[in-house]
Amino acid sequence: MKRREFLKTGAIAIVGTAVATSGIIEASAAEEAAAQFSTLQPHEAQTLLQVARQIFPHRKLGDAPYWRVVSQLDGAAQSDPSVAKLLSDGVAQLDSSQGSKFIDLGNKHKVEALKSIETTPFFQKVRGVELQTLYSDPEVFKALKYQGASYAIGGYLRHGFNDIDWLPDPPESASPKLA
Amino acid sequence: MAKHELSDDSVIVVIGSGAGGGTLSNELCQKGFKVVLLEAGQRQSSATFHNDEWYAFNQLAWLDKRTTSGSWRVAKDFPNLPAWICKTVGGTTTHWAGASLRLQEHEFKARTYYSGIDGANLQDWPLTLAELEPYYAKAETKMGVTRTNDIPGLPGNNNFKVMYNGATKVGYKTVHTGRMAINSQPRDGRSGCWQLGFCFQGCKSGAKWSTLYTEIPKAEATGKLDLRPESMVMQIQHGANGKATGVLYADKDGHHQLQKARVVCVAGNSIETPRLLLNSSSSIFPNGLANSSGQVGKNYMRHTTGSVFGVFKKPVHFYRGTVMAGIIQDEAILDTKRGFTGGFELETISLGLPFTAAFVSPGAWGADYTDVLEQYPNMAAMWIVGEDMPQEKNAVTLHPTEKDKLGLPIPNVNYDDHANDLAMRTYAFKKGAAIYQAVGATQTIEVPPYPSTHNLGTCRQSENPGDGVCNKWGQTHDLKNLFVSDGSQFTTSAAENPTLTIVTLAIRQADYISDQCGKQNI
Repeated sequence: MKRREFLKTGAIAIVGTAVATSGIIEASAAEEAAAQFSTLQPHEAQTLLQVARQIFPHRKLGDAPYWRVVSQLDGAAQSDPSVAKLLSDGVAQLDSSQGSKFIDLGNKHKVEALKSIETTPFFQKVRGVELQTLYSDPEVFKALKYQGASYAIGGYLRHGFNDIDWLPDPPESASPKLA
Repeated sequence: MAKHELSDDSVIVVIGSGAGGGTLSNELCQKGFKVVLLEAGQRQSSATFHNDEWYAFNQLAWLDKRTTSGSWRVAKDFPNLPAWICKTVGGTTTHWAGASLRLQEHEFKARTYYSGIDGANLQDWPLTLAELEPYYAKAETKMGVTRTNDIPGLPGNNNFKVMYNGATKVGYKTVHTGRMAINSQPRDGRSGCWQLGFCFQGCKSGAKWSTLYTEIPKAEATGKLDLRPESMVMQIQHGANGKATGVLYADKDGHHQLQKARVVCVAGNSIETPRLLLNSSSSIFPNGLANSSGQVGKNYMRHTTGSVFGVFKKPVHFYRGTVMAGIIQDEAILDTKRGFTGGFELETISLGLPFTAAFVSPGAWGADYTDVLEQYPNMAAMWIVGEDMPQEKNAVTLHPTEKDKLGLPIPNVNYDDHANDLAMRTYAFKKGAAIYQAVGATQTIEVPPYPSTHNLGTCRQSENPGDGVCNKWGQTHDLKNLFVSDGSQFTTSAAENPTLTIVTLAIRQADYISDQCGKQNI
C-alpha cells in the first residue's frame, strides 16, 4: 500500500505507519497529515503539533504520536463547535503574540509564548487531551519502557515482577516465596 | 436473584454496594432477611475490566460533578474530582489495593490520647478494639487476608524489593509484604494473584477481594437479594413517628421509584452518604435526616497522604505486580515526639505510565517534567497513609446553586490541612526520601495527594448524640431504623487503610440489626 492510500484512512493510521516504517516522519508527509483533518485547518493542525511537542517534549519520539494528539483534538473540534473555536482562537492568539507565527519561533520563544498562556482554557484543553492521548499511546509506552496490559500474558508473575538483581532479595519472612 | 415488591415494607434497603453495603447485604441475606440493594453504578465483572488506566477510570470512577474548596492541594489540582472512588457494583472495592490492617487500640481513643490539639474536633470512638476483635477476625477470614488464618504473605515485587532494602538500611524493622485481601494462593473459588499490576483498575484475575464477585453473588445465591444497579437514591423518606419508611430513587431509565422499607442502611461513601441525608430534609428534620447534632457532613477526613517517588540508575519496573506490594509500619505508632500526633503507614504504590504522567506533578509541562517521566522504568514509589485530624469546617455540604441531572444539589467538599497533617506529611516525605537515598536514588520526588480514596467521618459514631450522627452500631441517634454502614461512621481516621474496618463494622452491624429486628425494636 502506498502512503497516499494510508492518508485516506485518517491521520492516526498514516502517521503511525509512517513512523513504524521509517522512524521519523518526513516533512512532506506532515503537511499531508495536516491536510487530512476534518475540522482543523492545515495551519492550525501544524501549530497544534508544535504546541504538543513543546508541552510534553520527548526527543526520542518522532512526530507520529504527537500527530495522534492533534487528531484527538480534531475529533473533539468536530464533535463540539465550541472546542473548534477554542482551538482556532488559541492558535490565532499564539500567532499574534510574538511578532511572528508560532511555528516559525525558535524553541525558547515557543516555550515563552506557551508560558504566557498556560492558564488559558485553550492551553488546558490541549494539555489535557495530550496528557491522556500521548501517554496512552503504544509507541510512547515502548519508548518509555512501559509494558502496560499484562492480562494476556498471564500477568507479570512469570514475566519479571521480582526480577531486579541489583538489590538483595528480602528474607522470606518479609517476602515469602511464591506459594 | 430475588425480586421484591416496591410496596414490600418488610425489606431492608441498603444503599451502595461497596465494602460496607455489599458486605452488609450478604450478611443480612445469610440471616434470611430480604434485601433490596440499590447501586448507582453499572455492573461490571473481571471479564469487562481493562488493564488500561484511563479506560478503567472512565468505566469505574464516580465522575458526577462535585466541587471543592479549602486549602488542600486537591482543590487546586482536581477542583471537580475531590475523590477517586467508584460508581459501580462493588463500589470502591473494585478499585482498592487490598491493604487490610486493624486499627490500633489507642486510635479508638484519639481524644484521650491526642488531647489539646487546636482546631481538632476529636472524640473517642464509642467502641473499643476489644469489642471489634472477634469481628475483625471474621472479616479477615471472609476476605482471605494474608498473614492471618495461616494464609501466606504475597511474594514481593521489584517495588517492594527497593522499599525493603532502603527501609531496613535506615533502621525500620516492621517491613513486609503486608496484610492483603489478595489471594496468595487459590481460595474461596478465586485464583491466586497473577501480579497483573492493575489492582486499581478492577482485578481481572479475581484474586483481590471485592464485593462484586464475593459478597454479592453469595447474597444472590440465597434468593434474598434484589440488586438494582443504576439506581440513584434521591431521598430517604420517613413517617410522622420519626422512622424511615422507604427511599425514593431514579432507576436506570430515570423513572422515579419509591421502595418501602423496614430498615434503611446508607453506604454511599463519605461524600454521597451525608449528601443524601442532607437532601432528605423535611419539616420534622429541617437540617437533614439524622442531623440533630449538626454533624452530618462535618469532620470529613481523607488521610494525610502524599507519595515519594525514587529514581534509580537501574530499572525497577514498579508497575509489575501488586500496587500495594509492601508496607513499613514503624511510624504507625503513638509517639508525639516527632512534632505531630497520630501515626502513618508507608506502603508501596505504582502507577502505569498514563497515571504517572497525570499525577506525579499535576498541571506540569515542559522539558523539566518530561525529563522526569523519561525515568519511568527506573522509578520506585511509596504512598503515605497517615491519621488526619477531624475538623468541623472540613465538610461535605450541598452546593448552593449547582444541581445534578436529577435536580439535586451537588456536593461541595471543603478541606483545610490541619497543622498536624502538614507536619506529618513533611516528616513522612523526608523519611520516604531517606529510604530511597539509602539504596542509591539519584532523585526523589515529593508527589502531592491524589484525589481522596479514603473518605471518612462525615456521619461519625459518638457516645453522646450531640457529638455525632450514629452510635457504636452505626444506628443513627435520631432514627432508630436508619443506619450508616460505610466509612462515614469513623469517629477518627486512624492511620490504617479503612476497608477492613468498614467490612468489620458491617458484619457487626448485621448482627445488631438482626437482633433488633428479632426483638421488634426496629
